[in-house]
Amino acid sequence: MLDIKDLVVEHRSPGRPVVRAVAGASLSVRAGEVVGLVGESGCGKSTLARAVCGLNPVTHGSIAFEGQQVTPLGLRRRKLTGIQMVFQDPYASLNPRRRVGDQIADGLRTANDTATDPADLLERVGLPRAFAGRHPHEFSGGQRQRIAIARALAARPRLLIGDEPISALDASAQAQVARLMRDLAVDSGAGLLFISHDLSVVRLIADRIAVMYLGKIVEVGGTAEVWDDPKHPYTRALLGAIPKPDGMGVLPAELAGDVPDPANPPGGCRFNPRCPLVMEVCREKEPDFGPVACWLHEPA
Amino acid sequence: MTLDITDLKVSIGGKEILRGVDLKLAAGRVHGLAGESGSGKTMTGLAVLGLLPHGARVSGRIGLGERDLLTLPPKELNQVRGGEVAMVFQDPATSLHPMLTIGRQLTEHMRHHLGLGKAEAKARAVELLGKVRIPGAEEAYGRFPHQFSGGMRQRIAIAVALACSPKVLIADEPTTALDVTVQAGVLRLLRGLCDELGLAVLLVTHDLGVMSAVADEVSVMKDGLVVETGPRGRVLRDPEHPYTRALLDSLPDSASDVEG
Repeated sequence: MLDIKDLVVEHRSPGRPVVRAVAGASLSVRAGEVVGLVGESGCGKSTLARAVCGLNPVTHGSIAFEGQQVTPLGLRRRKLTGIQMVFQDPYASLNPRRRVGDQIADGLRTANDTATDPADLLERVGLPRAFAGRHPHEFSGGQRQRIAIARALAARPRLLIGDEPISALDASAQAQVARLMRDLAVDSGAGLLFISHDLSVVRLIADRIAVMYLGKIVEVGGTAEVWDDPKHPYTRALLGAIPKPDGMGVLPAELAGDVPDPANPPGGCRFNPRCPLVMEVCREKEPDFGPVACWLHEPA
Repeated sequence: MTLDITDLKVSIGGKEILRGVDLKLAAGRVHGLAGESGSGKTMTGLAVLGLLPHGARVSGRIGLGERDLLTLPPKELNQVRGGEVAMVFQDPATSLHPMLTIGRQLTEHMRHHLGLGKAEAKARAVELLGKVRIPGAEEAYGRFPHQFSGGMRQRIAIAVALACSPKVLIADEPTTALDVTVQAGVLRLLRGLCDELGLAVLLVTHDLGVMSAVADEVSVMKDGLVVETGPRGRVLRDPEHPYTRALLDSLPDSASDVEG
């Protein structure tokens, strides 16, 4: 349904070098499938999601949604309403001066849906119907994110994108909201691209996990497969850094160094300066194959 | 005991937030405070610094050495705050001032509390930046918070907290806003500093994994009460209180570990 091929997105700003935030990423999402996209902050996850919505112009490569190219969002009326996005910060993504029912009605209007009442959607995300007449400031973060999800669902999306939809929420609300997004998307037959830096939550809801590092997807695989048997050294490092509540007092393994500057990525494999298993070939040639982009796992 | 909290009660607007909290922090030990949101973890931390919201009623005792922080006059409390007791907040993006250089933020309270001169304060700030492993400490001194990544900012926030050589460090969810790989680094740093400088650390976190990694003692809070306190290994592996057990069972990992 959604097919991203060799996507390159560059940020240009005057007086600064061009930042290649997404540097040749390929990913696909099928209908009714939940794909989790994980990676450290600054690796290009959000830029990828914004490009899929048409919020960032594409430099090279292609994004096709149901066979149609995704074009940058302009001032004209948008035809491509099949993709809807839930943003990171529910304190900023809802209009503070309008009633939440009216904001959900905007979504319904996009889908030419006159039969549904905004209150029905509130009910679907687990909020009382009477909340439709209230303003965003009357809600907690978790409730606001539910409203943002209701608004996105109102437009009848065939692909829902969550750009770190849970990272601004309280820990106790995170798993709840993530599960809610999954259930609602899967029930309506839509695909879900769920972006998060929190692997333990992604693992709960995703069918497939894609791991991104510095603008590239380094590993894609089924959730259980990636979690139990990570192949790429970066995925291993990510999983190894999650502290386990076993009471043993083991400090989690630290991945040395920071994410390099995307404006000036290292030569060869992008992970080579931080990789514990670095080889000669890693410094010279970039592994550009999948599903595991690592010279240790070169397909025969 | 470096910090001794006994029967701390806080109520705001007639609502009891803390209902008698007892905690003891010892030098060179990390004391973890767990519990779900709304259980009063953060309020306990704020009470120690006298940073409770307006209109809060407090009773009990927070003993720092011989003094009771709750009855200390404001002037003396200001000496303690930032000097002997320091705090690291959850979100380094908002706890640092965006328009001041980190050098300014590192030296301001040092000059106030320790009475250092400009050059001395700067030398110490650069040394601190090195200690929390900020690369290029000299250049970093003159930069602004937005020029650093999230993990770096939290390291800077820790450096700011450590500047006046406090005895007690309160870290309120210090790694919640960070990536796991960065979190690992910050946790190692906290543990290292605690051992090296003999700090008494109160680590407030909802993440039992983080707790298990660095805390020596663990207390679990529920509805404004500490329901269980004990050494890390016992509390996390063999909890006595049903609530602690429920917390541990609710973790996504615990179920799969039993199955697999």
